[in-house]
Amino acid sequence: MSKRTLVIGIVLLAVVCTLPFIVSNYRTFQLTLVLVYAIALLGLNILTGYNGQISLGHGAFYALGAYCTAILMDHWGVPYWATIPVAGAVCLVVGFLFGLPALRLEGLYLALATFALGVAMPQLLKYHLLEKWTGGVQGIVIMKPSPPFGLPLNPDQWLYFFTLAIGAVMFILGYNLIRGRIGRALVAIRDQHIAAEAMGIHNALYKSLAFGVSAMFTGVAGALGAVAVQFVAPDSFNIFLSIVFLVGIVVGGLASIPGALYGALFIQFVPNIADEISKAAPWAIFGVFMIGFVYLMPTGVAGAVRLITSRRRA
Amino acid sequence: MDALLHQVLAGLATGGIYASLALALVMIYQATHLVNFAQGEMAMFTTYIGWSLIEAGMPYWAAFFLTVAFAFVLGVVIERVIIRPVEQAPVLAVVVVFIALLLILNSVTGWIYTYTIKTFPSPFPAQPLFGNRYLSSHELGAIGVTLVVLFLLYAFFRFTPLGLAMRAAAQNPESSRLVGIRVGWMLALGWGLAAAVGSVAGMMVAPIVYLDPNMMGGVLLYAFAAALVGGIDNPIGAVVGGFVVGVLENVLGAFVIGNELKLSVALVIIIGVLLVKPSGFFGRVQVTRV
Amino acid sequence: MKATYGATRVLHGIDFSMEEKSITALLGANGAGKTTTLRAICGMVRTEGTIRFAGQPITGKRTEDIVRLGIAHVPDGRGTFLHLTTEENLRLGAYARKDKTNVARDMDRMYAYFPRLKERSHQQAGTLSGGEQQMLAVSRALMLAPKLMLLDEPSFGLAPLVVKELFGILRKINAEEHVSMLVVEQNAAMALDLADRACVIETGRVVLSGSAVELKKDDAVRRSYLGY
Repeated sequence: MSKRTLVIGIVLLAVVCTLPFIVSNYRTFQLTLVLVYAIALLGLNILTGYNGQISLGHGAFYALGAYCTAILMDHWGVPYWATIPVAGAVCLVVGFLFGLPALRLEGLYLALATFALGVAMPQLLKYHLLEKWTGGVQGIVIMKPSPPFGLPLNPDQWLYFFTLAIGAVMFILGYNLIRGRIGRALVAIRDQHIAAEAMGIHNALYKSLAFGVSAMFTGVAGALGAVAVQFVAPDSFNIFLSIVFLVGIVVGGLASIPGALYGALFIQFVPNIADEISKAAPWAIFGVFMIGFVYLMPTGVAGAVRLITSRRRA
Repeated sequence: MDALLHQVLAGLATGGIYASLALALVMIYQATHLVNFAQGEMAMFTTYIGWSLIEAGMPYWAAFFLTVAFAFVLGVVIERVIIRPVEQAPVLAVVVVFIALLLILNSVTGWIYTYTIKTFPSPFPAQPLFGNRYLSSHELGAIGVTLVVLFLLYAFFRFTPLGLAMRAAAQNPESSRLVGIRVGWMLALGWGLAAAVGSVAGMMVAPIVYLDPNMMGGVLLYAFAAALVGGIDNPIGAVVGGFVVGVLENVLGAFVIGNELKLSVALVIIIGVLLVKPSGFFGRVQVTRV
Repeated sequence: MKATYGATRVLHGIDFSMEEKSITALLGANGAGKTTTLRAICGMVRTEGTIRFAGQPITGKRTEDIVRLGIAHVPDGRGTFLHLTTEENLRLGAYARKDKTNVARDMDRMYAYFPRLKERSHQQAGTLSGGEQQMLAVSRALMLAPKLMLLDEPSFGLAPLVVKELFGILRKINAEEHVSMLVVEQNAAMALDLADRACVIETGRVVLSGSAVELKKDDAVRRSYLGY
């Protein structure tokens, strides 16, 4: 890592750590959500960006993680920090199991199947037989955690740092995964799956693993999101959530780790600005930006950043 | 027994609507091997246009036909302007464009018309025909309209030179060029027809589920299920699939799993068919060369 | 018709011309570039240089538009619409035709030339035998009432007697209806019987051209280029 990158890294770290003390509580909450979405987008990127399996239903895994946390906290009084790894583990397993039949579906058909999952999810969550766990249409309310050890932070600031810490762990995990053998295998499968199989990469195992890991990331994000928002309800996990995730990775940059962060900033703050104009405006903007990026900037913001920084060096 | 008959007949009525939308999906798939995720929103948007015309005082059937014509033009324009640049692009790019189209149509409608639910009139009388207890006049009328549309489409494709050219262009674009068919325009025409059929489906379903920008989400899912059951490249299969899915949805919803989980029926059908028999019950099995 | 072009990878410089109402054979080994030449005429591959048809340049035009000028192509592999009926295939041949009044008459003429097509007129074209599909492909091209027909290996997969019959019909059509023909063939012997002139192509270049009669008589040419 060059000295320049190190300096930039330290400056960014300092900024990120002091922000909650400078801005309002609400803004801190929004930044926490940016981190949450960044983790979710990283998850989706592992599956769709790096491994080429299109998921239009990742909102379902987010919902699964969120409900794991909510149910554990509400029914069994599990402390919020302990629910995160559980949500991750559950989503890892469920994602892997979902990945197994998904092996037989290519491109468009997988998109179709995951789209169906995304559309049907709210109804599944409202199912009356599950109501005593899920709280039905009303959902579940979660208590806001207070900072431990009597730290001089208010709850929003604490949640921010908590999410930041988990986010850092997830990003380091994701980075190592992508940069390592597994990541290379995933990309090989995406680009030339027949050649990959011929080279000895066990396609089926890696593809299902990709699903599992991707679901785990998004599930952890869902869990953190539930704690931040303090509330889970079926209608917040509809198909538009999955679509928003797709917007995030396209705009942020497919197959890019920093792309997850750029995308998260985009999907969190655009509605804030556009909401003034009309309730529908953010969605129209998402749609237009998505098409715009596909035609004009397929590598997303991350690709543009890379272009600019590499030109500067040269 | 009585209740079962009622559910089956109601299922046929909604099934006809699913069949129409499924047919639109299959038409586009046959020509391009692409699944139009935005088909539902296209139908919804054009139905709102119809609503505007009726609100402005136009008589129902005039508004109906004008809406269908508008939908046709919209389909052609969308294909030429938005879809054409990505037709040969990788699958992810195409899916993203379709989803973006879905978003834009949905949000523009919400923007212009707001999200308050509106009523959409039915051209059929309020009292059931012959005072029967099973089907409302609208449900019966919807089945009738669906069948007329399907018949017209069938006749068009089977008996007219343009229909023949479109079938040829969908099956074998290269040979079609060699007989002078402008394949690009055939695709655009296909999109136009699909959009027109979709608008009919929208106007038939709106009186039942009420007009709202999100009204086609569930219908689209059922249409996907229907298209897959019948074979995604088989129009007749799509129609049969539509009626089958409609009846299944109603019967299972009323007697087995409850109305709240009806969408899951579509989900299960979709995943089930994709896993067990991806070419559907009437479709052609695709073999890809390695 | 004058054609000068070099599609960089396959054709390095094809230069020949055809006279109206004549039959020219394009001969050469596998991979020499014969099929590519026909595809280039139809605008199906990128070319440099000029192709002129009836005095007008047609390079750069789209295939559909070239067809509408009166050039019918019977492609390598026949290009049959397998899921449509025999009759539908024939009707499609007439799609771009200028005079629609004689379509029915011409379809009857095709059935007269190839009675087996009439027997199978309502069958799916994919169920026809190789030879029948070849006849269908030729008929489909003729339904355009073309001025020029391009035929890519019309004898492929056909029994010799069938080929003789087919070539006889082609000669008849050329004589009576003055349709020019450019025939790509591996079966040089039969092609030279049919054609007036011939060009031999080797690795993307024309290496020899002359009247069919001369080429047939010249033993050296026959042995080195035509393989018999």
